[in-house]
Amino acid sequence: MTIAQFAILGGLLFSIGVYGVLVRRNAVLVLLSVELMMTAVNINLVAFGRYFDNIAGQIFSLFVIAVAAAEVGIGLAIVLLIFRNRASANVDELDLLRW
Amino acid sequence: MDLTDAGNWVFLVMAVVITAAGLYTVTTRNVVHAALALVTAMATAAAIVIMLGGEFVGWVIVLVYIGAVIVLFLFGIMITRAQVGRAPSLDHGGNVRFMAAAAAGLMFAAITYAVVELFGDATLPAEGVVRTADIADSMFTRFVIPFEAVSFVLLAALIGGIVLARRDEQ
Amino acid sequence: MVTMLSSAAGTLVAAEEVALSDGGALAQYAWLMVVLPFVAALVITLYGKKTPKGGAYIAVASVAFVLVYGLVLLISHWANPITHTENFNIATVGQFDIEWGVVVDGLSIMMYFVVGAISTASFVYAVSYMEGDVRETAFWASFSLFAGAMLVLVSSANILQLIVGWELVGVASYLLIGHYWEQHENSSAAIKAFLVNKTADVGLVIGALIPALIVGSFRFHDILGAAVEGNPGIVKYGFIIGLLLFIGAMGKSAQFPFHVWLPDAMAGPTPVSALMHAATMVTAGVYLLGRMFPFYNSVAIDVLPIVMWIGGITMFIAGLLAIVQDDIKRVLAYSTVSQLGYMTAAMGAGAYTAGLFHLFTHAFFKSLLFLGAGSVIHAVHSNYMSDMGGLRKYMPTTFWTFGIGSLALAGFPLLAGFFSKDEILASLNYASSHGTPSATYVMWIGIVTAFVTAFYMARAVFLTFFGEYKGDPAHEPHESPAVMTVPLQALAVGAIVAGYFNVPGIFTPFTDWLSGREFAPGDHHPESFDVFVLIAGTLAGLAGIAIGYNFFFADGESQKARDSRFRLPKPIHTLLVNKYYIDDLYMLIVEFIRRPLANAANWLNGLIDAVVSGTGILTASIGRFVYEGLDQRGIDASINAIGGGTGEAGAALRYLQTGKVQQYAAALFFGVLALVAAFFVWTSI
Repeated sequence: MTIAQFAILGGLLFSIGVYGVLVRRNAVLVLLSVELMMTAVNINLVAFGRYFDNIAGQIFSLFVIAVAAAEVGIGLAIVLLIFRNRASANVDELDLLRW
Repeated sequence: MDLTDAGNWVFLVMAVVITAAGLYTVTTRNVVHAALALVTAMATAAAIVIMLGGEFVGWVIVLVYIGAVIVLFLFGIMITRAQVGRAPSLDHGGNVRFMAAAAAGLMFAAITYAVVELFGDATLPAEGVVRTADIADSMFTRFVIPFEAVSFVLLAALIGGIVLARRDEQ
Repeated sequence: MVTMLSSAAGTLVAAEEVALSDGGALAQYAWLMVVLPFVAALVITLYGKKTPKGGAYIAVASVAFVLVYGLVLLISHWANPITHTENFNIATVGQFDIEWGVVVDGLSIMMYFVVGAISTASFVYAVSYMEGDVRETAFWASFSLFAGAMLVLVSSANILQLIVGWELVGVASYLLIGHYWEQHENSSAAIKAFLVNKTADVGLVIGALIPALIVGSFRFHDILGAAVEGNPGIVKYGFIIGLLLFIGAMGKSAQFPFHVWLPDAMAGPTPVSALMHAATMVTAGVYLLGRMFPFYNSVAIDVLPIVMWIGGITMFIAGLLAIVQDDIKRVLAYSTVSQLGYMTAAMGAGAYTAGLFHLFTHAFFKSLLFLGAGSVIHAVHSNYMSDMGGLRKYMPTTFWTFGIGSLALAGFPLLAGFFSKDEILASLNYASSHGTPSATYVMWIGIVTAFVTAFYMARAVFLTFFGEYKGDPAHEPHESPAVMTVPLQALAVGAIVAGYFNVPGIFTPFTDWLSGREFAPGDHHPESFDVFVLIAGTLAGLAGIAIGYNFFFADGESQKARDSRFRLPKPIHTLLVNKYYIDDLYMLIVEFIRRPLANAANWLNGLIDAVVSGTGILTASIGRFVYEGLDQRGIDASINAIGGGTGEAGAALRYLQTGKVQQYAAALFFGVLALVAAFFVWTSI
């Protein structure tokens, strides 16, 4: 197994996640796509950790998981508040900071 | 890709599954389906990670991501009353889609190019399974500071989440 | 008696050389006398308005100091002749040293004393006379300046400094004659004085430069030394130098034909006339002749007859002019010109001591007469004798002091003028038999002038103080205050006493004073009285008084009656009243030169104006161009463009901020991609 195949797989998933972040209109779905990107990153980290024979890859992957969990918690809390205020989870309506 | 290696076949299958799941997540118009597709993707990811020798990480993915994060998502979906079933359009229009696709595509191209340039045909070492005990050792000696930092982050997230989600007293 | 008479003519001997001392600290600090009046002038200029009487007391204090110091110096010099020179180098130009020097020797000390005494009298007098004047402070400043300038002149150790002092007194004279410049004729008189002096100064300056160039130094010591030793250059040009210097002296001392400014100078206040135009400034020319006397006696001896004749002519024609004047100050002015003629004639006859002695005595009685005239004018508010008359009843002190002064001037026996005039006539007589035969004629002119002098002074006295008062009977004149009469009395004492300082054969300290200097000129002074001259001169004077009495004295008679008795033949009268038409001749010459000069100056001025205005217009247009073109349209526009552009850019760029996070994320991703691409490109190069 080459390292390249895992890295490319990670890159693919990351790109798909990017697409999702930019395209989706629902805030929750945007967060979902962000989660996809995080997963890709995890795969990458572990693969490279194996390649370089460094345990730091897996350890950081654990940290990424923990932080991702925290981020989702907060993110959803914010989405909830927005929903309470506007009765909609459409990100297009969140443009109050515009010109 | 060396197809004589059984690992590669496994890898190929899992790659296809995860890619499909990912694509489904970002394109489907059904919100719940998207979340569940993500579950699939994550499960496959866990498998890939286990294949790479990170057993502990793999099971943590299953536990935390699938067990907690996706559940959280589903709760979020429920509360924000996303249309269950097909929604008219969850995506932006054509322009945005094209631009996003371009961004994604270019990003993939860049990454691929970089990886191939750098690593070419380098193979993974044969032995690579990591023992959980080693992770524990490393975590609490060398990486104890990031560990503590992450604990802080979780604490902050916990408190922040509670504060944010509280109903205002009228 | 007979032996005395016969030996009289042959007993004129040269002055002895006296032993000279240095003079010590007194001479070293003599510069204080010169500096103090200038300090006073400066203080008065700056603070005069705030001090009482416009700084009068400061001025009086400064000249009183000069008097006291001068007197002390004189007494020391009398005991022990001093000759001392301090020189202070200011700059060096090429081979010439520009120096400032103070000379303390017999001639200078005599002049210090005269300047100090007459100045103090005039200054004290002026304290009352100038009270309430329209420009009191300016007057005192100018007057002090004059005193300082005169001292610079008489203390100068080099001829360049003398010229500086000369010009400074000219400036002071201009300022003071034109003191009441609101009347046009006063400022014209000031200009006339200045210009006539300036014309004569051409001679002075050239006459000063030639010996300086030959000798290589401006110092009197060097020039006189070169002359006495017979420096060939000096010998060769001696005549020219002497003549040119004398021309300069003629201007300042109002000798014919440069005498025209002095009568007009009477436009100034009376104290000015008394000090400057009687005793000090006008004597500067005689002083110059005295200072340069060793020069004249050695290398320029051929100039002396010219000097004598000019003096002779001047004394006579001026005396005649005094007869027909109605303005009392003009009488005195012409009298001054006449007496200056006496001094000049004496110098020309080689009588160094006699000429300067007459300067000394004349200073006392002429300033006395002027101050007395001022007192009269002050009381009557008019200069004209036809407005006066009978004033001896109202102004007794003025009367008897004026009387003493007149008698002294007329040469009445035993008063000051008697001795000095007599010595001059004696010297002329002596000179006629010792190398200058034409001196006889000048002597006779002198005797006739003595008659004329006595005559016009008698006329002045009788018209002013005797007869009926012809002014407004409602305003009776009264005696002047003590501040004015005390100086008169002091000067009267001087007019009596001054003559006794040079009684030939008996008591001659004055001669000793004057010979206490470097290069003491061997001059001729009488050992005893020249009886012939003595009798002739005295008779002439008495005759003048008598005839004047005859014509002009009449208590109770009207002016008309008196006028009808004294009548000169019409043509002569017209000639005299028009001052021999000399002034008209000068005006003709001036007009002849003036017109083309004025036109040329106007043309040049127009040229300069054109250049200046052209420059102005050019500069203005450049300025306009720079302002409009460069500044407004160029710089301002670019700055405005930057501001506007920034605004426009901002207005355009703000649309990037849509508020939509996904778009920001997209931008982010694209940015990262761009960086990555750049990185790839960069590393692959």
